Amino acid sequence: MNDPAAPELIDEGRRAFLKVSVAAGGALLIGFYLPAVGRGGVAGVAATELAPNTWIRIGADDSVTLMVASSEMGQGVYTAIPMLLAEELECDWARVRIETAPAARAYFNPLIGMQLTGGSTAVRAYFTPLRQAGATARALLITAAAQTWGVKEESCKAENGVVVHQPSGRRARYGELVGKAATLPVPKAVFLKEPSEFKLLGKPTRRRDTPLKVNGAAVFGQDVRLPGMLTAAVARCPVFGGKLKSFDAAKAKAVEGVRHVLAIDSGVAVVAGDFWTAQRGREALAIQWDEGAHAKASSAQLRSRLEAALKRAGSTARSEGEAEKVLSAAARRIEADYEVPYLAHACMEPMNATAVVTKDSCEVWAPTQAQTGAQTTAARITGLAPEAIKVHTTFLGGGFGRRSEQDFVSEAVQLARLTGAPVKVIWTREDDIRHDFYRPATLNRLSAALGADGLPSAWVHRIAGPSIMARVVPQFAPAMMPAWLPESLKQAGASVAGFVVERRIDATSVEGATNLPYAIPNILVTYAMENGPVPVGFWRSVGNTQNIFITECFLDELAAAAGKDPFEYRRALLKNHPRHLGVLELAAGKAGWGRPLPKGRHRGIAVAESFGSFVAQVAEVSITDGRVRVHRVACAVDCGIVVNPDTVVAQMESGIVFGLTAALKGEITIKDGRVEQGNFFDYPLLRMDEMPEVETHIVKSGEPPGGVGEPGTPPIAPAVANAVFAATGKPVRRLPTRV
Amino acid sequence: MISLIVNGKPQQLEVDPQTPLLWVLRDRLGLTGTKYGCGISACGACTVHVEGEAVRSCVTPLARLAGKRVTTIEGLSRDNDHPVQRAWIELDVPQCGFCQSGQIMAAVALLAKKPRPTDADIDATMSGILCRCGTYQRIRRAIHRAAELRRAGA
Ligand code: FES
Ligand code: FES
Repeated sequence: MNDPAAPELIDEGRRAFLKVSVAAGGALLIGFYLPAVGRGGVAGVAATELAPNTWIRIGADDSVTLMVASSEMGQGVYTAIPMLLAEELECDWARVRIETAPAARAYFNPLIGMQLTGGSTAVRAYFTPLRQAGATARALLITAAAQTWGVKEESCKAENGVVVHQPSGRRARYGELVGKAATLPVPKAVFLKEPSEFKLLGKPTRRRDTPLKVNGAAVFGQDVRLPGMLTAAVARCPVFGGKLKSFDAAKAKAVEGVRHVLAIDSGVAVVAGDFWTAQRGREALAIQWDEGAHAKASSAQLRSRLEAALKRAGSTARSEGEAEKVLSAAARRIEADYEVPYLAHACMEPMNATAVVTKDSCEVWAPTQAQTGAQTTAARITGLAPEAIKVHTTFLGGGFGRRSEQDFVSEAVQLARLTGAPVKVIWTREDDIRHDFYRPATLNRLSAALGADGLPSAWVHRIAGPSIMARVVPQFAPAMMPAWLPESLKQAGASVAGFVVERRIDATSVEGATNLPYAIPNILVTYAMENGPVPVGFWRSVGNTQNIFITECFLDELAAAAGKDPFEYRRALLKNHPRHLGVLELAAGKAGWGRPLPKGRHRGIAVAESFGSFVAQVAEVSITDGRVRVHRVACAVDCGIVVNPDTVVAQMESGIVFGLTAALKGEITIKDGRVEQGNFFDYPLLRMDEMPEVETHIVKSGEPPGGVGEPGTPPIAPAVANAVFAATGKPVRRLPTRV
Repeated sequence: MISLIVNGKPQQLEVDPQTPLLWVLRDRLGLTGTKYGCGISACGACTVHVEGEAVRSCVTPLARLAGKRVTTIEGLSRDNDHPVQRAWIELDVPQCGFCQSGQIMAAVALLAKKPRPTDADIDATMSGILCRCGTYQRIRRAIHRAAELRRAGA
């Protein structure tokens, strides 16, 4: 495997996209365009058309400003991304500032092919390009100093924002050198540091956004305020797929302060000077909905559709050996059905967005993960060119995939256009829970054959569920699809759009199942797509949230049937997967696996790879009066080269809490075509008094960086469920866990 | 007209007295540090102090606040130097940060009553303040740390 941290040259192709220029006041500007990796870049756009925008500005006052194209939703990108630049630039970390990048092609995430924060890609996407940009700038500054002083470049060194001529001790601050540096040609080759030379990367580094988040200064989407701004509350059809039939605005308009009552494509909006008034206006609305075809849809009915789908052969997502044949001939067969419910994202900040539309411009302020999508959405609604749409990314009060959608942006832009005023749309918590794009509910049939040694000789996993990609493909450029989760499926040749349609396989439905790491000679994974009325979307770690629960729990069932210890059973099956094995053994060791526990305590273990990282967790649980309590979680993570270890630890804790809510509580149910839950009393989240002691151990690694925002989530539900299995002798085959 | 004191400043408000304090703070006074998360007293994101007591501003009508002193996250300190803020910064508690105003205001009120809170005290007071990002472990540590800083007279 290539080691991205090894000294490396900027190749000719890459260099062509790097541009250096000088700004007023003598600042050094560095722009680049990042060619998309994988499938052919941005659809229909030649790389040469993509103007390199400014990413980095080094001012005469020594300030270093970096455009950050990723959204800060808690995962620490506003710290990790500038660390990449500062490491190679050798600048003063305290002087690095960031600006949020506008929506523009130059800021496309090269792993996704659009400006979108998702798939745990931020560090993976910018790890090499930003270090290269930093190294290039450093080289230019050194050359500028050497030429000024008439000395050899090799005798100069850059350190902490200063170039030093080592023999004479002569020094020049970057700010003094930028004017000259900007006139120099971009060097043909620059060397990147070895990991052993890193000063910043790999060291726990304080988050840059924390001071703003302890005094109310951080501006989230909800907090945007503009002169003359109006605020809207929108009534949407409670039934999925329903439409507006008619409405009577009289009572809403009678509420003092209500300015407008307007039909938009998602329902009826009440617009007022403040949110409280808008919400009271909305309550006063009389609306007739055309509830459409799904008015009677229920969870039971949707489940029976999945049962029927499970009987279909489905499409083959992975096939090795002759799993079905081996299975039918097997002396020992284990079978089990597993299912998971729909889940809402429940970001702490409910959906919202603000927009202003004029004749020839549009500005959007949004807590969005998807700037390109916001820009495209606003362009479609206003009829303006995408370049006329300015997107401002605020802080995000949670994202988890929900904020890659555009429904909230669309409402704000429609209302700004209709009213001619700046409009902020705020969703209530109930709106947020009832009009989400849900983590798909799936039904799974697992069968395995056990050999004489107790190890599985065949494994069949049949999945039935709705497809996220089938919903989003019309919205997204096909070019981004394969790159969305580059490691999930090796789908060379066809675009995923084609793949979904032709073969009815959605990579996000089968990830975590198709990459089952265990050494089993015969494996079959199938997928039967069954799309229903409930809109489905990306939910932290996507398909891995369900498939890892299912495969890791079924594996414990096999271990139990074979009379083997679940940890040893996994070890035996992971001999060819050193990184899985590494985290598994580390987590088990730290948890004291095999050592006696206090009475009433039980352990469960699980391991998974997702988003380029490997995570194992051991959960320690007890059960009292039917209530599962998780006391302790030992987590081991191998995410390759670590940028900010403190962020890795925080993201593991975060992923674990997110997964614990799903494991113990989360369930969205449907009745009469609508979501039955609406707020935190019926869609509860894990609370402080239920928080286990979590310890995270990071494996030292020289592998390329993996993601950290999502990989902490998949293993926790099976680790807990396996501990419950150990406690009760009854496998947990359905989430949330009930004992 | 209702008069109250917000972060030490007298305010006279010509607002429907049934309006929850949350929306008065956010939409009338521009104090957006206090967040809307649920509107029904189920998440704690909107926690502020009324006469030093932690209160859910989303279910507190303005009518109940005549003559009262309200403190929001913006009124906690001038320079992030409140011991709770310092502890939060030291331990890098926030992730997305959206719940943190409520967490901090609840923690400040807890420490005022219990300068040496036990884990059980923390559970009892803080369990109503939800954090979707899962920062609970750091919040617990930061409360203990803030208690130390407070005792040290910081
Ligand atoms: S917004 Fe007040 S408790 Fe949730
Ligand atoms: S930090 Fe995001 S909800 Fe608490």
